[in-house]
Amino acid sequence: MLRGFPIRTQALKWSLVNLLLVGAFLLVAMFGRGSTAEAAPLGNLRIRAIPAFARKYGLPCSACHTAWPELNNFGIVFRDNGYQLGNERDSPIWQNPSYFPITFRITPNWHRESTNNLAIDSVPGGGTGSTLVSGKVQQNGFDLSGMDLWSAGTLYKNISFQLLPSSDNTAAWHFESAWVRIDNIKNSSWLNIKAGKFEMDNLISEKRFLFLSGNGGLYQIYHYDVPGSSNDFGYGDNQLGVELAGHSKNSYTRYSVAVLSSNDGNVGFTSGSGLPSNRGYDVNLSFSQAFNGGTLGLQRVGAFAFVGQRPTYYETSSSGGAPVQLVGLGNKTFYRIGVSGDFFLKKLEILPLFMYGHDNAYLGAGVPSNTALPAGAQAPAFVGGFLESHYYVSPQLVFFGRFEKINVAQQAFVNLGFPSDYGNVTAYSVGYRWYPIMFSRAGLAWHNEYSIVRSNGFLPLSGNGAGLQVFNLANPVWSSSIMAGFDFDF
Amino acid sequence: MTRKKILALSALGMALLVVDPQFALAQESHVGKLSGHAAEGKQLYRRYCIGCHGPDGDSNGENAPWIDPKPRDFTAATFKCRSTPTGTLPTDEDLDHAIQRGFVTTNMPSWNPLTPQQRADLVAYVKTFSPRWKTEKPGTPINIPQETPATIESILHGRELFQKMECWKCHGPAGHGDGPSAATLTDSKDNPIRPYNFSTGSRFKCGETNQDLYRIFMTGVDGTPMPSFADAIQPKDAWDLVHFLRTLQALQTQEAALWKKYAADHATEIKPIGPDAGGQ
Repeated sequence: MLRGFPIRTQALKWSLVNLLLVGAFLLVAMFGRGSTAEAAPLGNLRIRAIPAFARKYGLPCSACHTAWPELNNFGIVFRDNGYQLGNERDSPIWQNPSYFPITFRITPNWHRESTNNLAIDSVPGGGTGSTLVSGKVQQNGFDLSGMDLWSAGTLYKNISFQLLPSSDNTAAWHFESAWVRIDNIKNSSWLNIKAGKFEMDNLISEKRFLFLSGNGGLYQIYHYDVPGSSNDFGYGDNQLGVELAGHSKNSYTRYSVAVLSSNDGNVGFTSGSGLPSNRGYDVNLSFSQAFNGGTLGLQRVGAFAFVGQRPTYYETSSSGGAPVQLVGLGNKTFYRIGVSGDFFLKKLEILPLFMYGHDNAYLGAGVPSNTALPAGAQAPAFVGGFLESHYYVSPQLVFFGRFEKINVAQQAFVNLGFPSDYGNVTAYSVGYRWYPIMFSRAGLAWHNEYSIVRSNGFLPLSGNGAGLQVFNLANPVWSSSIMAGFDFDF
Repeated sequence: MTRKKILALSALGMALLVVDPQFALAQESHVGKLSGHAAEGKQLYRRYCIGCHGPDGDSNGENAPWIDPKPRDFTAATFKCRSTPTGTLPTDEDLDHAIQRGFVTTNMPSWNPLTPQQRADLVAYVKTFSPRWKTEKPGTPINIPQETPATIESILHGRELFQKMECWKCHGPAGHGDGPSAATLTDSKDNPIRPYNFSTGSRFKCGETNQDLYRIFMTGVDGTPMPSFADAIQPKDAWDLVHFLRTLQALQTQEAALWKKYAADHATEIKPIGPDAGGQ
């Protein structure tokens, strides 16, 4: 299908460039040093794209995506309009009966994970004479990502849906999202109601970003809580609830109001820790406005605010012996506020985000609110964000990079005994994606990425080093990832 | 350097200029105050349009075999929706409006989410596919006079014209696109084509206002059997026809309300449209 592509020679040129870059990545990986031990696998990939829509409408991936899975404004309008183009051919009654809007996605890959400042045995096996020493845990090899099995589309005109069973790389499944949306209520694009489990209306979506590596495959600030806090909230996690949203016809102006269960999207009245959730509700507000930037492209700015509550103790029953937690009680509040943007300078896209987070002191100290706060406990707060950029050489090649920084503005305890920068995070990610094919039936990307994170005194949010102890809390933990793989969906 | 060498190099340079694809990318468009550039439009075309219209603009994109109606063939530079007389090239604004509006009931969506500059760039690039844009200028947009009042007399006269000008042969007596000739119609590329069914949808491919409908009569829909009536009817008659056609749509329009009331009061007087009718 590449026949007659006007830039065939350019594609060849970029193939050679790509080859060189791949070689460079592999060389760096092979000559990296460090002791080998268990390392966290590549996380469950979070990014989404739906070639089922491309098949339905005959549009190439690039029509809706700057570089899939990130949406461009045409894709945003399509999504906001309930997965409808508005050409009187959106309803399923117009589709061939054999058409089924489903997408498979997985990424066979090679990756290397390395994390230092971990407490490891001085003698492998931990035998006689072994002590805990500071060491680096490094692992590399071929691997699989998680898998998405995504279906989305229209049940009828102005009734859309999404169902996304997703697995980790051991094929342990969960429902990443499942919702129904009533679109264009009273023929107004300003009134749309969605119910179920869904991604909050982030201007910068973590579910659709371009990063895949272990440490780069998440926005640190979307999952950050000050170390020691009992809060399990992650702004990037899909949530359970109902959302009222609206947009102008071209989606330049957008808003959303969501009322969500206070359990970070976990099902069965449980929280992320497996303990029962409370009976409370959280609220998320978001607004964004786009401006026509002339020859530079579309410019968009937005703001968001999330107010939530989490339990600090539980109603219990000891009828069976040991106390069993029944319902979360003693709710204490927290909030996240921020601003973000999406700016284009022709082929260069810049995505800045700034967030401030604040937790109640009881959440920060992790103690029940029906007891007194420990001495020195105070409400923890953090401030941070990221600056991400993409350079689109063509619809089939994109380079990307990101710098992230989170500073603890107020520790959970006065005079904790740690350095003042305990809990701070600094992260860098760079990479590129090359799409050798770009048509309306499937998507394939060759993906190379390097990421490194410095977490002061605690384990990285990527999960690298999970289950181990940080050897020296006064020192930073450095964790890096190198990843190369074929990212495909069909 | 000898004079011969200078001439030879000059000739070579001219030849390269002519055959160089970049030369075509110097094409511009002018939409309002915006200037579109084909070089920018080429990237956008590749991103958004290539799947249907094809890399060479000849409607042979990878999806074309499965699309009905077929994508536009830009190499022919024949466009349905124009403000210019039949047979002439459209204006840049016409092409921009088509991209912005999309074509209802086809695979061509509205590209309104693109910025005005992006659409202008696309227009410039679309104009590189046909040599007509190098040798011809766009036609002069037709004048659309002020609309006449939508009265029952206007509607009834429009109905007479619908019969007299044999619109029903293609569009059907009730405007359902099922006239006796409908099944035999083909477009300029010999693909089967269906006449517009007025009873479905609220929009026409070339717009949705009364002015848009008037324009369609007067410019025709090039590349289809729908001719221009610019030389056949007067502006007032054209407005009468517009008012009648509005009664065929499943819409709550002023014309539909007038016709509904008239039809209820004069049911026995209304003659059917078709081969045996004389008009009203």
